[in-house]
Amino acid sequence: MSRDPRLPSLADRLDRIDRRWIFLAMFLAVAVPILWVGVTGRTFPESPTPAVQGAFDAVESLPPGSKVAISMDFDPASAGELQPMATAIVRHCAMRGHSICAMTLWPAGGPIIDATLKDVLGARPEYRYGENFVSLGFQAGNEGVMKQVNADLSAAFPTDARRTPLADLPMMKGVRNIADFDLLVSVSAGYPGAKEWVQFTVSATLTSGKPLRFVAGSTGVQTPQLIPYYPTQMVGILGAIKGAAEYEYLVNDAVRRADPAASIPARFQEAQRRMAPQLFGHVLMIALILLGNAVFVARRARGASA
Amino acid sequence: MSRSMAVLLASLAGITMVLSKFIAPLGDAEVKVADWFNVLAAIAFVLGGANLLKMNLLAISARGPGWGYSAVTLCAFLVTLGAGILKVGVPPAAAFPAVPFSGEKDVNGSALWWLYEYAMSPITGTLFAMLAFYVASAAFRAFRAKNAAAMFLLATAFVVLLGRTYAGVLATSWIPHDNPWVSWLRLENLSAVIMSVFTNAGTRAMIIGIAIGVAATSLKIMLGLDRSYLGGAR
Amino acid sequence: MSALPPGAGLDPAVARRATRLWLVVLAVIGALLVIRAIVGTEVGTGDAARTVHGFGMVFVEPSGQGFAEVPAAAWADAVAQDPAQQRITLSWPRTVGVWAAALLTLAVFSFLWRDNPFYKLAESIVVGVSAGYVMSVAAWDTLVPKLLGALAPGFTKAHLMPALDVTATDWWALVPLVLGMLLLCRLAQRTSWLGVFPLAFVVGTFSGWKFVQYVESDLLAQVATMFDPLWVPGDTLAATIGGTAGAVLILVGVLSVLAYFFFSLEHRGPLGGAAKVGIWYLMITFGASFGFTVMGRIALLAARCEFLFDRWLWLIDPAGNH
Repeated sequence: MSRDPRLPSLADRLDRIDRRWIFLAMFLAVAVPILWVGVTGRTFPESPTPAVQGAFDAVESLPPGSKVAISMDFDPASAGELQPMATAIVRHCAMRGHSICAMTLWPAGGPIIDATLKDVLGARPEYRYGENFVSLGFQAGNEGVMKQVNADLSAAFPTDARRTPLADLPMMKGVRNIADFDLLVSVSAGYPGAKEWVQFTVSATLTSGKPLRFVAGSTGVQTPQLIPYYPTQMVGILGAIKGAAEYEYLVNDAVRRADPAASIPARFQEAQRRMAPQLFGHVLMIALILLGNAVFVARRARGASA
Repeated sequence: MSRSMAVLLASLAGITMVLSKFIAPLGDAEVKVADWFNVLAAIAFVLGGANLLKMNLLAISARGPGWGYSAVTLCAFLVTLGAGILKVGVPPAAAFPAVPFSGEKDVNGSALWWLYEYAMSPITGTLFAMLAFYVASAAFRAFRAKNAAAMFLLATAFVVLLGRTYAGVLATSWIPHDNPWVSWLRLENLSAVIMSVFTNAGTRAMIIGIAIGVAATSLKIMLGLDRSYLGGAR
Repeated sequence: MSALPPGAGLDPAVARRATRLWLVVLAVIGALLVIRAIVGTEVGTGDAARTVHGFGMVFVEPSGQGFAEVPAAAWADAVAQDPAQQRITLSWPRTVGVWAAALLTLAVFSFLWRDNPFYKLAESIVVGVSAGYVMSVAAWDTLVPKLLGALAPGFTKAHLMPALDVTATDWWALVPLVLGMLLLCRLAQRTSWLGVFPLAFVVGTFSGWKFVQYVESDLLAQVATMFDPLWVPGDTLAATIGGTAGAVLILVGVLSVLAYFFFSLEHRGPLGGAAKVGIWYLMITFGASFGFTVMGRIALLAARCEFLFDRWLWLIDPAGNH
């Protein structure tokens, strides 16, 4: 008995499915693993890629007390991806005893700097504001700020975020411009960010006598655009939440190797926790693409045979 | 006349910036010009806020559909601006207790901080998070492998999607990781190869092409050949 | 989300059904929240452990000139030691803030069902708050120190930024002041033509910078990498073959993609063949970009879900916040 051609087939029904069912599937693919990881505390193991290892080695290889400039060029919209990176990098610098100078080119980045520094350095009494860490806050101008910091940091940032002149900060003594830092890190969500730092600041130093080492942390959208700069113009890239998870893993591994009995606070495993929803979300995406194409092929075949 | 003067200003500014790269004494001029640029960028934020004020006041006075939302926007804007400019809830800095405005404008616990932390931050974060749903819907409805190139694109996407999670590790865990002749076929390694070789090459070519285009466009602006940025000004 | 074109009126029966549906959804959410409150959360450790029939609460203790957030467990322990203690207290502004953030998050998510007043309200709030925030930041971080501080250093040090290290007036600051005033003239129709001068300054300056930096960083430096050796010796034969193959593939890829984007000649013959290879490289590039984009979007959704389940509903506590 042949099928009534007026009845919609499964392929037809799937093709007309309300997209809210897909939204629900995506929500469950993300929410359920979040709850599972939150309850069990389990995370997946990570194996670092060369670009992330390069970023880790860049911080690790600096002698203790080196000066690291960190530009947190993101806002709350991208904090889900980039906050774990910023936290891990600041923590790594603190473990190595480096001096940290934080700044941002995004107007909404100021509170992010404050929260990150407080979260990581607040429990470290050896870190005292002005002596081994400062926050320069935000300055408007994007590339204009980069042009100024290349020549004279105090021209771009007359004071730090607490309105103290840079000359009065012990850590900033001997720092005239950005090239006086041993490492520049940009955790960037887009424009202005890592790409502009490479173009306006880092590349100019590569042909001078003192090349500035640069590490970038970027969102998933921006990472492919930064790949060509690695490894000549930047020594490491943390790409998307996976890069953050790999970097966290390396830092936590270094902590455990130094002290096998050390426990890692849960707030320093934020990116690793988020890899569980990533797994299910990605599998769902692949399933949706395959299903969509199967529906397309089935409907085309049905249309051809009709 | 004003257009000609504007074009002249643009040319002078641009050429000075180019020459400052090669003539050391012009470097100080570049820093000064950058300072002006930064202040102008900050004034552009003021312009944006003023324009928002103007557009929403017009919408409210016109009483068109949705004017209530314009009123909400206006209230939110004025409250936030007031909280920020007047540093509401910000104690004076410990070193300058006699100067009321000496504290940090968004210190933890201040009104501006509250608005940032509990209004701006969650809403902007959620707006961007919504994209995950739309990309899922687009994946089902729009990503069709209609030809070999599209199939290749989707296959690459699958490799990267799996390779960047533990699913890829599990899927190809049967491939020995210590055999260099085949270990690159493990999904996590294959996705790294795709990024470091193929994506690297494609993006590098695009970067080179864009650089040539930007150089050409910048030259046209500096030479006054491209005046499109002036719009329809008199 | 609605199938109807924008502006089209809804059938009254459909509108009533939609309103009833919204009320049912709100009632279900309310009921779930009540159940959550009844179930409660255990906070504190050991003898101090107690069940708290609330969630989304923020506890603080005095710190410096303000307050610092502490976990609910710390509050429970403090109360267990001294029931009359006032050091660690519930912060109503922050607790109201967490609830406001959660409700605004849900309001934005409600757009996934369909456009609705809750979403529009949240959208209006964020537009206003963002503009006000950015303007405040620009004013205090740039305009006060660099403009007002340069032109009126005495006033600025006395009333606004006492630590600012300026003594003499910098009359050069009149230049950005004048340009800025001309920029603000764009607000009025009659004077908007004056805005062309600061625009020309910005565009000209930017063009000069971009010309140099794009050529130095994106053209010369990237082309220079193409002259890297194609023979890449490694520790093992496999590493040597892999490195060499990678270098060759990169060179071939860059040249073929450049050939694809060269439209001055028709894509025939060797150029056409190279362009075809370039298309394959571009397909791989875009496929990888898509994969990374998906990764980024899902991470942002995961972060919001974490906020709702952790800081608001107290269903999980991965970071030891409560």
